Amino acid sequence: MDVKETLLPGVGLRYEFENSDGDRVGVVAHRGGDFEVFLCNSSDPDTAKRVFRLKDREAEALAQILGAPRIVESYADLTKEVPGLSAGQVAIREGSRYAGRLLGDTKARTRTGASIVAIVRDEQVLASPGPDEELRPHDVLVVIGTADGIAAVRHLVDRS
Amino acid sequence: MAISAPLLLELGAILVALTILGSAARRFGLSPIPLYLLTGLFLGTGGLAPVPAAADFVGTGASIGVVLLLLTLGLEFSIGEFSESLRRHLPSAGVDLLLNSIPGAVAGWLLGLDVVGIVAMAGITYISSSGVIARLLSDLDRLGNRETPAVLSVLVLEDFAMAAYLPVLTVLASGGTVFQALIWTAVALGALGLAFLVSLRWGHHVGRVLGHPEDEQLLLRILGLTLITAAVAEHLHASAAVGAFLVGLTLTGPTADRARTVLSPLRDLFAAVFFVAIGLTVNPADLLPMLPFALALAAITAVTKVITGAYAARREGAARRGQRRAGTALIARGEFSLVIIGLAGTSVQALSAVATPYVFILAIVGPILTRFAK
Repeated sequence: MDVKETLLPGVGLRYEFENSDGDRVGVVAHRGGDFEVFLCNSSDPDTAKRVFRLKDREAEALAQILGAPRIVESYADLTKEVPGLSAGQVAIREGSRYAGRLLGDTKARTRTGASIVAIVRDEQVLASPGPDEELRPHDVLVVIGTADGIAAVRHLVDRS
Repeated sequence: MAISAPLLLELGAILVALTILGSAARRFGLSPIPLYLLTGLFLGTGGLAPVPAAADFVGTGASIGVVLLLLTLGLEFSIGEFSESLRRHLPSAGVDLLLNSIPGAVAGWLLGLDVVGIVAMAGITYISSSGVIARLLSDLDRLGNRETPAVLSVLVLEDFAMAAYLPVLTVLASGGTVFQALIWTAVALGALGLAFLVSLRWGHHVGRVLGHPEDEQLLLRILGLTLITAAVAEHLHASAAVGAFLVGLTLTGPTADRARTVLSPLRDLFAAVFFVAIGLTVNPADLLPMLPFALALAAITAVTKVITGAYAARREGAARRGQRRAGTALIARGEFSLVIIGLAGTSVQALSAVATPYVFILAIVGPILTRFAK
């Protein structure tokens, strides 16, 4: 799919693409973090009608709805392609020694060889979390690695 | 400390008048700037209600207003956007400059103004109001349109041209020769280049020094630095406005974003005071004889902006209607034309009598015309 990106000086960025129905969809990302979604008019191809506006939190929620299932899905696809690699989910239980500490403190990658590629918290997915990300009880870590590596991560974060 | 009741009362009354007029303007989708000018006109010498106690504050507030207008302009500015606009719309910027500054210069000459007046008039007719127009495009739901990037690019390039233009005007207005003006323009452009370099290479350091997690601290630091820089620039005849613009340019990233949020209420207040102050300096009695001339100039430079916009929009591949929308959108003149009047008006009396009604007319007519150019 071809997404055209246009700079709107002083306003932000505009993305445009055509969906399979032939509608031209435009998204204006304002500098302040708000978004507007446009649909191009069929009568005058130069104009676009605003469909709705999103404050940055609303945009985030929409992005999660559109994006969250796909992130986990795409990791699953990835693991299918590489033999020996699998994806697993590891929950941080209450009372874990890492609850309330930073992801980097687990040194999971060094100790187990497995990578934590996402944290699922409530309805949110934090993709590619950095070492400064705080872990909270009931977070679910999406882990990619060998089966042994994933088990080792589970063992690691289960310690109290 | 003695509190001056008349001062508070007059200021309060001015602000109340501004908000009533401003909300009325917004209701009809118009810019409040012309109504702020009108308020100043009614208040000033020869107007209905003189405001002796508030006059000093309005004068001081006006200079801060100019500084804040240019500071926030610099904060909005990004090098990426500037170079992209330059790459795509350099010919549009040339057309814009030629078509819109020449009528102003000719008008200044016809009025018998001196060099300062002619240069000022050229600037006043050249610069569209990026504040009014950016808001207009958003209100009219045009951000998704094909011609919109062209309009915004032209505005960015105009704003940048102001940084080179203001020092020329300031030097000429303070009695310098053309040669001195050229030297100071070169200095200003050098400072501009330096500001770019600083923001590009050390912008994050500047941000770290000025940035503070508390909004209050951030506000004080940025405002303090800006006022000092503006004062130094003014002292060197490079214009306080340019100094403030440079500070805005050097700030980038998250600090600039936060600075914009923290400063915008302050900017709105002092810019409004500045518009009132411009209105105050004009004596309504001088206005009437100049009105036909201002109208004619407004009509001519509205047409030249329409041509400019159409040319720029055509470069983006917009069809007839898009070209017309872009052209009419650019008609509005506003805050920066007034900044020019403010800079040159004191030395050229005849200027503000023509230029103030000129800005007034186009700040009203521009938004209305583009609304009907569907």
